[in-house]
Formats: sequence, C-alpha cells, structure tokens
Amino acid sequence: MESMILQLSYLIGSITFIMGLKMLSHPDTARKGNLLAAGGMTLAILATIFLYRGENNEPLHNYIWIFAALAIGTVVGTIASKKVQMTAMPEMVSLFNGMGGACAMLISIVEYRHIMENVATHPVQAGTMTVVVLGMLIGTVSFAGSMIAWGKLNGSIKDRTIPGGQAINFLLFAGLITLVIIVVGGFMPDMPALFYGILILGALYGILFVMPIGGADMPVVISLLNSFTGVAAAFGGFLYDNPVMLTGGILVGSAGTILTILMCKAMNRSLKNVLIGSFGGAKAGAAAGNKDQGAFKEISLNDTATLMAYAQKVIIIPGYGLAVAQAQHTCHELEKVLNDKGVEVLYGIHPVAGRMPGHMNVLLAEADVPYEKLLEMEDANDQMGGTNVVLILGANDVVNPAAKEDPASPIYGMPILEVEKADHVIINKRSMKPGYAGIENELFFRPKSSMLFGDAKKVLQSLIAELKQM
Amino acid sequence: MDAIINLFTDSATYRLMTIVILSIFLGIEVISRVPSVLHTPLMSGANAIHGVVIIGAIIVMGQAHTDDYLALTLGFLAVILGTLNVVGGFVVTDRMLEMFSKKKKK
Repeated sequence: MESMILQLSYLIGSITFIMGLKMLSHPDTARKGNLLAAGGMTLAILATIFLYRGENNEPLHNYIWIFAALAIGTVVGTIASKKVQMTAMPEMVSLFNGMGGACAMLISIVEYRHIMENVATHPVQAGTMTVVVLGMLIGTVSFAGSMIAWGKLNGSIKDRTIPGGQAINFLLFAGLITLVIIVVGGFMPDMPALFYGILILGALYGILFVMPIGGADMPVVISLLNSFTGVAAAFGGFLYDNPVMLTGGILVGSAGTILTILMCKAMNRSLKNVLIGSFGGAKAGAAAGNKDQGAFKEISLNDTATLMAYAQKVIIIPGYGLAVAQAQHTCHELEKVLNDKGVEVLYGIHPVAGRMPGHMNVLLAEADVPYEKLLEMEDANDQMGGTNVVLILGANDVVNPAAKEDPASPIYGMPILEVEKADHVIINKRSMKPGYAGIENELFFRPKSSMLFGDAKKVLQSLIAELKQM
Repeated sequence: MDAIINLFTDSATYRLMTIVILSIFLGIEVISRVPSVLHTPLMSGANAIHGVVIIGAIIVMGQAHTDDYLALTLGFLAVILGTLNVVGGFVVTDRMLEMFSKKKKK
C-alpha cells in the first residue's frame, strides 16, 4: 500500500514537472506552472521521507537530521532569493545550480563508499558503478563550473586566458575518460583513490572550462551547466530506480540543452566553440588588432531631449548597463513622459542582451513596461527604418556592426540590432570602455551616432527633467 | 563481463531507458515553443526542477548508519544543498514571474 502511494506520488510529481515546464512557456500561465512544479516537488519529497522502503523493506531513519537539513536549506534559500536584487538574478541561478550539482556529487560519494564496504557480500554491478561514477563526475563539473560562473558574474573572478588551456582541457578530458573506464570496468578494484581522482580532475575540468569563457558567453554556460545538473540528477534516478528523479533530471537535461543551442544560434556560434572556450582566445587577438577609429561626437542632454521630444518613434535598446544602474523604473518613466508628448516608444530586445536570455525582459517587466512594447530582435529590426531616434542604454556588443562587417571579429556572424537604419543613434555609456566581450565598437564612431556619457539612471533622470520643461 | 551482460538483460534497464528517451523528446518539445521573454524564468524554473536530486540525498541520509558519521555529515550537507536548489530555485522563479503577472492585472 505504502509503495503504491509512493509510486503514485512520483507519477504525480513527474506530471507536474512536465505540465509546469509547459505552463512556464506561456506568459499567462507561467507563474501557476512554477507553483505547480513546486507542489509536485513537495509531494515527491514528503512521500520519499515517509514512504520510501529500503532493501529489507526498512523505512528511512535519521528523521531529525533530515528535517534539520530541510529546515536550514528552506530558510537560507528563501531569505537569499527574496533578498537578491533583480540584477543579481543570473548569478543566483548559477549559485543554486551549483548547489544541485554538489548535492549529486555528495550522493555519489556516499553511495560509492557504501558499495565498497559491501563488496564482499554484494559484487559490484557495472551498471550501478557507471551511474555512481558518472553522476559524481557530472555533478562535480557542474558544481565547480557554476561556482566559477557565479564568481565571474558578481565580479570577484576575472576573465583569465590560460596559456595552452585547450590542450590542458583536452588532456583532462582524456584522463577523465580513462579513469572512468578503469573504475567502472573494475580493473583496479583495490584503488578507491582512482574514484577520488575523478572527483579532483572533474572539479579541475569544471573550473578550467568556465574560466576563460568571456562575458557574452556566460548565459550559454549557465544554461549548459543547468542541463548538466539535470543529467546528474537523472543518474540519481537510475541509481535508486526512481522515476521522478529520472523524468525531472532528463527533462531539465534536454530542455537545458535546447535552450543552450537556441542561445548559441542567437549568437551564431557553435556549441563546440563555446565548449573549447575559443572565444577567450579569439578575444585577445582582436584586442591586439585594434585600429585607430577616429573621433566620436558627444551630445548634450538638452539636445537629446529635443531630439526625442520631436521624434515620431523612439526605440530604446537596453543592455547590461541599464541593469547595473538599476534604471529600469526611470526608463519606464521616460517612456511615459515621451508618450504624453505623442512619441511612440518601443523597446528592442536582443536575445542575449544582459547576462541571461530574457534578462532585459525580466528587468523591464519589473518596471511595469507593457509586454507588447518589448520587440524581439527581428521585429525591432523591421521597425528600425521608420524610427527617428534609437536610444541605447548600456548595451554594446548586441549593436556592434563588426558582427556584420568584420570577419576577423570574434562576434562576426552574430545577429545584431541594426540601429543604423534609424535617423539618429544616441548611445548612453559610462565611458568609452569596450563592452563585456572586450571588443571595440565601431558604431560609436559612425556619423549617425552620438555619445551621451554618464550613469544610465542619472542620465535618464536628467533627461526626464529636461523633457518635462519643454 | 557478466555484470555488463546482466545490465543488458535486465528489464529495468529498458524500462528506465524508455523513460529517458521519452523525457528527452518531451523536454525538446516543451522548450522549443518558449518566447525569448520567458527564457530567464524558464531556465530558473528548470534549475529548480533538477533540485529533485534532493530525493537521492534524503534516501542517502535516511539509510546512513547512525554511527557512520562521515556518511551522516555528507548526507546532511547534500540535503541542505538540495533544499537550497529546490527552494531557492522556485522562489527566485516566482519572484521573476510575479513581475509579469502584476502588470497583467492592470
């Protein structure tokens, strides 16, 4: 009876995950979908605690420990995610992803010890060993990689290109495969050190694989690590013959992979390219080949305000600078002021603007910008021709014409927002420093472009003040 | 070698593989229709769902011998980390989506 209820709970859990993901893909049902999945998860967890039966039909024990750990995790997790700023969301997701990876890693370590202790009575099963070893390896890579991604996004770890990084990664990878074969195949059963060798090499691989990856690729990496953790969780499902872990893990694994590929497509780069980390290397080359690009011109606040007030249509292109300055609300205010003056205001959202896909949408949604005003890249480009003023707020690489014109550029081929089709391009930046990907942007030196320096929020506030006086 | 043959003659392997294959297609099917606006919440939601790995942590913890302190400690940590993944993931996602639904009401 208990086992039936347990299996039924797992079935319901799996269904809520599928339905939840499905509902997450529509704006109207997204929130309900998330809550539904959370409900299914709670059910599956509680059912496991009370109804799971081990080998000799033995219920679980150590309840105090389990509930203490659940309580700590719930309190810390809730507080951390309630407090985090909207701008810091990507690194938070990366951090939680790392926690999941570490969890999978720890499970495998304990299970490995368990297998080794009982090796006399229970001969090692190749299937079980494969699952334990791969679950640990993928969990470890995901954990180490996510921690580096987290550190890079919050600025505590700098981009670093390791000389011969590709060769090292390749050697590590080859070493890992060899070790996995030796351990799984049971060729050296008396050497548990090999198992921990996989752990160490895996962690190293995770670190080295994320380390050289430049900022523009960070969303792709987080998405990829996300699907890694999904696969690690699925190995847990194999280990415990647990259907809900299997469906949950694989769903995330495949969904995450598709999301990763979609993001790669948006940047016109192959996943292989991202994985080998060649972006970091190419970046250094491009920076060295800097050519003199001439002068840029500045525009005053007053002129900007006049230009916008007498425009018919304005497209705002937000980027990470907007997020850093926390200027989303001010931006929405500017939109309203312009609307009152009869100016049509739209937003052009590049799929990889910011630090995560959809980052800008979340940010602008926070400021109550209507959903219909957010144009996807193709629609925005179609509308660019009839636009009088394009205001770029802290975006850089997503409007860089080098992506279209310069085959030597590392971002060559990436679709961009074609802002030069509009009459005027006003670029707000804090300084002339290149963007997160470290590439010079020729757009700033083009005849149609004018620079408006300053912190996005302060500039927007002054702009609103100017406009209100007109 | 026998162990490997066992793996391929065991019906459980095929049952689990069926779930895997179907889940892969389901994941692809579900995701490919997501508008890019929802990519971040979706990634975050998927992130919370793989927190299902916590079930493994609970099983490890619940089966550890009361005198095996290393297993207890590792299991305890695993349950905390898994909970962080699940709770943090769902709460962060809800916060993001809250902003979408707020303006829908207006």
